[in-house]
Order: sequence, then C-alpha cells, then structure tokens
Amino acid sequence: MATDTGQRPASAPSSLRSSGPSRYADPLFRAIAFTAGASVLVILGLMIGTTTRDALPVFEYQGLVSFFTSDEWRAGFSRTEFTGEYGAFSFIYGTVVTSLLAVAVALPLAIAVSLYINRLAPKRLKRPLAYTVELLAAIPSVVYGLWGLLFFAPTFIRPVMELLNRTLEPVPILGRLFAGPVFTTSYFTAGMVLAVMILPIITAITREVMAQVPRDQVDAAYGMGATDFEVMTKVIIRTSFPGIVGATMLGLGRALGETIAVAMLVGGSQRWGLSLFFGGDSMAGHIANTFQDAAPETVLALIAVGVGLFVITVIVNVLARLLVWRIGRVAGDAAL
Amino acid sequence: MTTTLTPETPPTFRPLGEIDAHTRRRKRRSQLFRYVLLVAMGLSLFPLVLILWTVVSNGIGAFGWEFLTQPEPPARREGGGYLNGIVGTLYMVGIATVLAVPLGVLAAVYLVEYGRGWFAGTVRFFTDVMTGVPSVFVGLFVYAALVRQFSFGTIMGAVGLAIMMLPIVVRSSEEMLKLVPEDQRAASAGLGARKWQTITKVVLPTAGPGIVTGSMLAVARAAGETAVLLLTALGSLQVVTAFSGVAQSSITLLIYQGAKQPFDPGKERAWAGAMLLMGIVFLLTFTARWITARRTR
Repeated sequence: MATDTGQRPASAPSSLRSSGPSRYADPLFRAIAFTAGASVLVILGLMIGTTTRDALPVFEYQGLVSFFTSDEWRAGFSRTEFTGEYGAFSFIYGTVVTSLLAVAVALPLAIAVSLYINRLAPKRLKRPLAYTVELLAAIPSVVYGLWGLLFFAPTFIRPVMELLNRTLEPVPILGRLFAGPVFTTSYFTAGMVLAVMILPIITAITREVMAQVPRDQVDAAYGMGATDFEVMTKVIIRTSFPGIVGATMLGLGRALGETIAVAMLVGGSQRWGLSLFFGGDSMAGHIANTFQDAAPETVLALIAVGVGLFVITVIVNVLARLLVWRIGRVAGDAAL
Repeated sequence: MTTTLTPETPPTFRPLGEIDAHTRRRKRRSQLFRYVLLVAMGLSLFPLVLILWTVVSNGIGAFGWEFLTQPEPPARREGGGYLNGIVGTLYMVGIATVLAVPLGVLAAVYLVEYGRGWFAGTVRFFTDVMTGVPSVFVGLFVYAALVRQFSFGTIMGAVGLAIMMLPIVVRSSEEMLKLVPEDQRAASAGLGARKWQTITKVVLPTAGPGIVTGSMLAVARAAGETAVLLLTALGSLQVVTAFSGVAQSSITLLIYQGAKQPFDPGKERAWAGAMLLMGIVFLLTFTARWITARRTR
C-alpha cells in the first residue's frame, strides 16, 4: 500500500482513501448513531400509539365528552366487554387542584429563595444554599409519600387545615373551598407535599435566569438610588419574568404527572368535592391506586385516563420548554 | 434704601445625612423585604432537614444486618428485612442501565457529532419533552405493549426504568460531549483518524467522566422510581432471580406497601427502607456532584 501511494499523483483524492472494507466504517457508525437518536422519537411515538390504541374503545364506549366531564366512575369487572361507567372528571379535578395548590405555594417561595441566593446571601453560602434546596429534587417520591402519610400530614398539615377550616369557612364564597370535614389525606395535603417536591425545580431555573440579568441594569438601578426591594421587584423579577413563567410551567408539569406521593396523600376516593380538605383522587394517583385490582376493561379505562394525563402534561411541558428554550439551556435541569 | 446681599431669612438646607419621610419609608420597606426573603430561605431548608431527621430517626430502629439479608415477612411480624426489594432494585436498575446508557450516549453522539438541521432539533426537543412524561404513563405503556403479551417481571420493570432514564442520559451526555474542545477533534482528524475513530478514541474518553456523572443521576432516578414498577414489576414477597415471567419486587414497592398497611412493624421497615433508598440516592448524587465540581474547577 505505502509504495503504491507514492507512485500515484498526489492530487488524486482517491489516493488517500482506503479501498478496503474499512471505508464502510464511518457510514456504518453514523447510521448506528442516527438510529440511536431516532430511537427516542420512535419510543415516544410507540408510547403514544400503543396507549391511544387501547384507549380509543373506551372513548368510543363512554363518549369523549362524557369521559372528561362526567364524574361517575364505576369500575366494571368484565374481561371481554365494557360494563362500567367511566367519567374521569373527579380525577382531572383532583389533578388540577393539587397541582395548582402546589404551584401557588412553591412559586412565591422559589422566587424568594432565588432572590435571596442571588442578591442577599453571603458569597460563600450561595452554592451550598442552592445545592441544599435542589437536593429536595433527589428524594424519591415514594419517600415523600411515606413521610407525608405517616409524619407530615398528621403532625403539621392537619393542624393547619383545621385552622384554615375554622377561620375561613364562614367567609361567604371563598369559604366553600375551606369547608369541613377535614380529612388528613386530602387535596390540600397532596398539594402541600407536591409544593415541596416542585420547589427545587422552579428554584433551580428561576435562580439561573435571575443570575443572567445583566449586571449593568442592576448597577444602573442602584445608581439611581433604588433600594434592594426596588431593584429586585422592578429590575430582576421583571427582566427574568419569561424564565420564571417557564420554570413554573415545568414545575406544574411535574406536579400534574406526579404519581406515587399523590396516590398516597390525596385520599383515594372516586368522588370529588369543592373543599380543599376533601379526600379525592388525581389521574395519576387513581391509576396507581386501582391498577392492581382492575379487571381488563377497567385497565383499558385507566389507560385512557393515562392518555388524558399525558396530553395535559405534554402541552404544559412543551409550552414550558418553548419559554425556557429562548433563554438557553439551563444547566442541570435534566437531572431534576 | 439699602439692599442687603444676604436675604433676611436664609434658605433652609436639609443637613447631609438626613432623609425625608418618603425615602425612609422606601428603605424600611426594603429592609422588611430582606427579612421576608430570609424567612422564605429558612422555610425552604426546613423540609429537607425535617425529612432527613424523620426518616433516619424512624428508620434506624429496624435497620441493620438482618434488614439487608432477610426478605420481608408478613407486615404484622417484627424482624426481617427488604432483601427481596434490594435484589429486585439492583437487578432491574442494572438491566435498565445496560439498556439506557449505551443507547442514550449514542443518541447524544448523534446530536453533537452528526446532528444538523431540523431532525436533530426535533430529537432534542422531544427528548426534553420525554423528561416530563409522567412515570405512571411510562408504566401504562410498558404494560400495554409488553406485559399483557408476556407477564410481569424483572425485564418489564427494567424496560420501564430504561425509558425513564433515557432522556436524562441523552441530555446530560450531550452537554458533556459539547464541552470537548473542537481542537481535539481537529487534531485527531489531522492525524488521519476517521470520524468514528475520533469519536470512540478521543471524544468519548474525554467526555467519559461527565457521561458517568449524568448516568449516575439517571441511575439514582431509576432506583427511586415506583409508579413504573407498580405497573410492570408488580411486587413480590420472595427473592426473585428470574429474568422474566415472575413478578419482581423493589425497595420502592415495599416502602409503598409498607406505608399503606396498618401494622407498626411493617411501617418501621418502610422507614428503614426509605433510609436505605435515600442513602443510595444521595450517595450517587453526591458522587456525581463531586466529580462535576472537581472537573469544572
């Protein structure tokens, strides 16, 4: 080979190319890598396809509108046909209420924590504080469920719920949200534990977005005599607002899809109630709570609930990604 | 008429350092806000401390050698441990890692080294979307696609976990591959290496520690996963070594069942299981962070 190349004119590009089978190595490697990359899309596509195929008969049997708006859920026991009643509104309501509660509590906290870490914390404490809050994301959700069920709900949340119930129930319209009786496992309990679970997600992104606010803007505000409060609310929060919204949506998406912790804390009934202290069920929670005892027809209905949940979470996630996308990739959120 | 150059009453100047009421109010509000932020910061650290404290103080009693080497007895009985869950978790997470990490790293290689244009963008975007897919939905998918045809078992749980891990591995590996300097690729090509040789002999070894870090975080996520396993592995009271066909257990499933049943010995074991699980997850997380911190310094 070596002597051979010496005799050919160097200008011919073919002289540098191998003619052996190893010339297929690069295209082959490229094809393997491409297949791996495409497999992500294939898996996602399969996930949607398989579950939708199973869910379609349920939607046909129950009617699409009735499936999402009826609150009558009676599990059937048939292997071959549909006999039950499958209206998933109670679970949709539970999912939405617990998630909104979680965001309502976690978002102000996350903004406050991000502001504190970015603007007020001593330099040496910034990283440890951020790590410590984000460590909450590493705790498995079943541990949150166990902790919430056996410790946090009975000792901390129940007294809070009773207090809110006593003080706010007499308020005219708002009071209906805080009406008794108070259940230890309820929308409120699940919402509070969810808030702890999504706090690190919202904080991580909000903190990074706030750190990207141009220093000049902050200094200019101080130079004009603005106080810390004015700089934080009028410069930092305003500039990083789109990122905060994206972070919130990501947190919301996580809360909507959270399964085990909610399944253990939300109450596990098949009904819904306007009161936050009512023990209901969420979509994901209901699937986890009843799957193991479900007859084949009910399993299909549960898959249909799963499809509904998937659609909701994907919409929220896509919106969130589009918002965070513009700001650029935020390091570490894949790990959350 | 004599005019005096100095007016009768000299104009009043506010002495330096004295602040008017409006500014004082603004400053006071700012100070108050700083306190509010401090309280919020403390409040946010509170749950972590509380969780660590409750899990350890409740779990330490049932934890020990017996806990690690005996399978779970009926919930009413004292003693015993989580061996069936430990075996199941190690088994399924191990298989899931073998499935997800090579595929994920290759997908990341595609995105960084070859991916141009809309297709790579689509893959990237949907990988991000996939990180947000609820775990129970992944469980439903594996159930509908595989479990119904075959049976609950180790491999089904592993497939479910692998799907959960995949997007995390892809995105973290991608970030690490991007950090490899372009000069190294050019130098390798200059030495006559083909692209695949450059990737396998230069790029991947350079990004290796970072890829390991990302994979460890994915493993930690999989070890703590419950909902997927509930629908694919189902749970078992015995130690299961079968690859497929027999329902498998996991630490998380045992915690879930232990928390929901009424007997105290079972609950105590659930706390001990939570302690063990958090130990595993935190060990993986800390090691990963330690590697990253050392590399980025």
